[in-house]
Amino acid sequence: MPAIITPNKTDQERKRRLEDHDGGSGRRPPTDKRTGGGGDGDNWNDRSHGRRGPYERLHRYRMGIFFALASDLMFFVAIVSTFFVNQSASHLNVYNHFVDTWVPTVIPPILWLNTVVLLISSGTIEMARRTMFHETDVMDEWLGLGKPITRRALPWLSATIVLGFLFLAGQWIAWRQLASQHVFFRTNQSSHFFYLITGVHAVHLFIGIAALIAAFTGLYVSRQLENRQILVDSTAWYWHAMGLLWLFLFTLLAFFQ
Amino acid sequence: MTSIRSKNFFKTYIATTDHRTIGIQYLVLALISVAIGTLLSLLMRIHLVWPTWPLSHPILPEDYLAIVTIHGTIMLFFVLTTAPQAGFGNLILPAQIGARSMAFPVLNASSFWLTATALLILLSSTFVPGGAAISGWTAYPPLSAVPGAGPGQGLGMDLWLVSIALFAIATTASSINTLTTIIRNRCHGMTWERLPLTVWGWFTAAILSLIAFSVVLAAILLLLCDRHAGTSFFVPNGDLVSGVIHHGGDGSPLLWLHLFWFFGHPEVYIAILPGLGLTSMLLANFSHRKVFAYRTMITTTLLIGFLGILLWGHHMFVAGLNPFVSSAFSISTTAIALPASAKVLSWLATIWRSKPQYTTAMLFSLGFVSLFVTGGLTGPILAQPILDEYLHNTFFVVAHFHLIMAMAGVFALYAATYYWFPLITATTKHPGRLMSEPLGHLHFWLTLIGAYAVFLPMHLTGLAGEPRHYAQLTGIPGPGGSLSPTGLLLAQTIPLNLHITYAAIFLATAQLLFLFNLFRSLRKGQFATSNPWRATTLEWHPAMNPFPPIPASDIPVITVHRAPCHYESTANGDTSLPQWTSDPVSQISIEDTTNAKPE
Repeated sequence: MPAIITPNKTDQERKRRLEDHDGGSGRRPPTDKRTGGGGDGDNWNDRSHGRRGPYERLHRYRMGIFFALASDLMFFVAIVSTFFVNQSASHLNVYNHFVDTWVPTVIPPILWLNTVVLLISSGTIEMARRTMFHETDVMDEWLGLGKPITRRALPWLSATIVLGFLFLAGQWIAWRQLASQHVFFRTNQSSHFFYLITGVHAVHLFIGIAALIAAFTGLYVSRQLENRQILVDSTAWYWHAMGLLWLFLFTLLAFFQ
Repeated sequence: MTSIRSKNFFKTYIATTDHRTIGIQYLVLALISVAIGTLLSLLMRIHLVWPTWPLSHPILPEDYLAIVTIHGTIMLFFVLTTAPQAGFGNLILPAQIGARSMAFPVLNASSFWLTATALLILLSSTFVPGGAAISGWTAYPPLSAVPGAGPGQGLGMDLWLVSIALFAIATTASSINTLTTIIRNRCHGMTWERLPLTVWGWFTAAILSLIAFSVVLAAILLLLCDRHAGTSFFVPNGDLVSGVIHHGGDGSPLLWLHLFWFFGHPEVYIAILPGLGLTSMLLANFSHRKVFAYRTMITTTLLIGFLGILLWGHHMFVAGLNPFVSSAFSISTTAIALPASAKVLSWLATIWRSKPQYTTAMLFSLGFVSLFVTGGLTGPILAQPILDEYLHNTFFVVAHFHLIMAMAGVFALYAATYYWFPLITATTKHPGRLMSEPLGHLHFWLTLIGAYAVFLPMHLTGLAGEPRHYAQLTGIPGPGGSLSPTGLLLAQTIPLNLHITYAAIFLATAQLLFLFNLFRSLRKGQFATSNPWRATTLEWHPAMNPFPPIPASDIPVITVHRAPCHYESTANGDTSLPQWTSDPVSQISIEDTTNAKPE
């Protein structure tokens, strides 16, 4: 991806010194971390796409995930703004009395525990994600010395899956507790939102768990390291976003009813 | 990718992930949709002036409304959103930025099939008990929130909502793909400022899709909950619908309007933005000029997109908004006249005193400019809350958006089709074909005359007070068996409406000429050279053309050396400098700087 805005030197052809064994593929290390090329002004962005180095596909998928999450954020923004509008709504009854029908839903305390679980799971998946890019392990895998990355990432990934299921279970318990107090989806305006917001978030987490399981399977099945990295990395960013979103939604439900 | 060569029909045309084939799939879908939509509009026009023809009795009002709804939905979503953005966006965009493929091919294919499913669901809603949805493409509650509110509000409405929800998901996925492709898959040298304005149009429209479609998805979810889960997000307390009083929470129908138009207004910009970019590029191409004020055109594209998400309230002036809010939306709406006028000025300055080559594509682009101005001028009028009090829901509004969105959008699509036809038809065996120019010219003039003959008089009937969505203009009974005041008012508009109907039949018939030209040229069109229009953008690069070409890995490295639309005048006439050719003079000067670099 050409990153510069102003075309200054893009017309410049990189000089290839064939007599110096420079075939144009970048001469030798050290890698230029800034451009990603093989040093000596070699820039991966100058190549056609598909040939821009080991992280090209990863970065593409990551960007796709981020755009998807941006759109998802708008989805929740729409629902949350509906929350505030309906919260402030009221009507005049037949006696011309001002009636405010909003009855705040008291959130079940288990949701605090749930929040902690989700935060911890964000930590575990970040560990899994970082393991995927551990340089010496990547080198080992590349040399064919076993699968150290899979070996190290699996426990963290499994822990995340367990924590994810724990969160969903906690959510289920929270709904049961509310139902035992006769607060259902259709009970009042506030409960509509409680069930809707937690429900939609749970669906998102469910998709996240499906992605985690896919990543888990991918660690076993996929022979290409890049695929495994992409699977875990994309899932991790999605998971982080759901954790962050939960903090926001939980704060809304707990303190802004 | 490799499926292009395989003999297997299913693999080549159905389960393909090749972006060009997917683009053509979208275009075929849009062509089918536009045919259905046009037939429905003819049905409406005929019914308005001859209610008892061809059936012996008038169409029921609810059936008429169902026709209005399907016409609007199909045209806006499945024609004006899919064809420019997803159709030509897939067919042309990767080539134009020098990419070998879209970023996510599988996602791309799934978006198309999801869109096709959405279309099928929408069409199938016609056949369910109670009929198709009748609440227009805006589906205002509380009527849309109560299944028992009337005909078409039951299963028909549900299917409509599901269809739009699927379409929203598909379009979001497709715009993620478009954005990632533009950002990450550009070739060497294709900097942001060198991107053709069509790409900027697609880019901005994709950002708008990303923001807007998920909001409508949320709104549809809430509405479905209202319909089936006993919530009341949009239904107010004590609301009386079909003799049933709603006892629930304090929902607000106005809230749906906000959510819907927050999506709905960007949606119409999604439909037109690629057309704006295309017009700039085609005018410059055929008048062999640079686009006047290229950077400003990039800015105005982004500005139109940005302002487009800030002005949804102008659809709600008469819905009970706070008047101060109306003023704010009025200002933001009028503000969009600035970037829009800048675009028109740039188009005029680009072709000013040039000697354009009047190909059919150029004519349609000029037609686009004309329609954009005529349709756009009524925008600031409707943006005044006080004028909108009167004009809201009249045919004046219908005339406004049909000129600026529907007709201008379709003209851009025609320009694109005539212009890129060689790229659509080229195969590995033979080069692309051109569409017939004489037929194209005839088609253009008939369409231009038809478009104005249909939609200009609508301003007048609208000013006279003709409301939208009325199934019948004649014989509305008043007290004592006489005509009601409304009936008298509408009777006055009948002569003009008769003219509009004749013109609509004329306009629709003229499109048969295009279909004839299209299908004839597919088989028998004249072969085109590799760059028939002397274009400067990358989709005409010899390695990208003929379409569908050599396997992707064989494509040589493509480098871009300059912004598009560089033409130079020499003694022998104009020469075009395509983006991909290197300029020998500047190359030498750069060699020098390289050598001067310390080792």
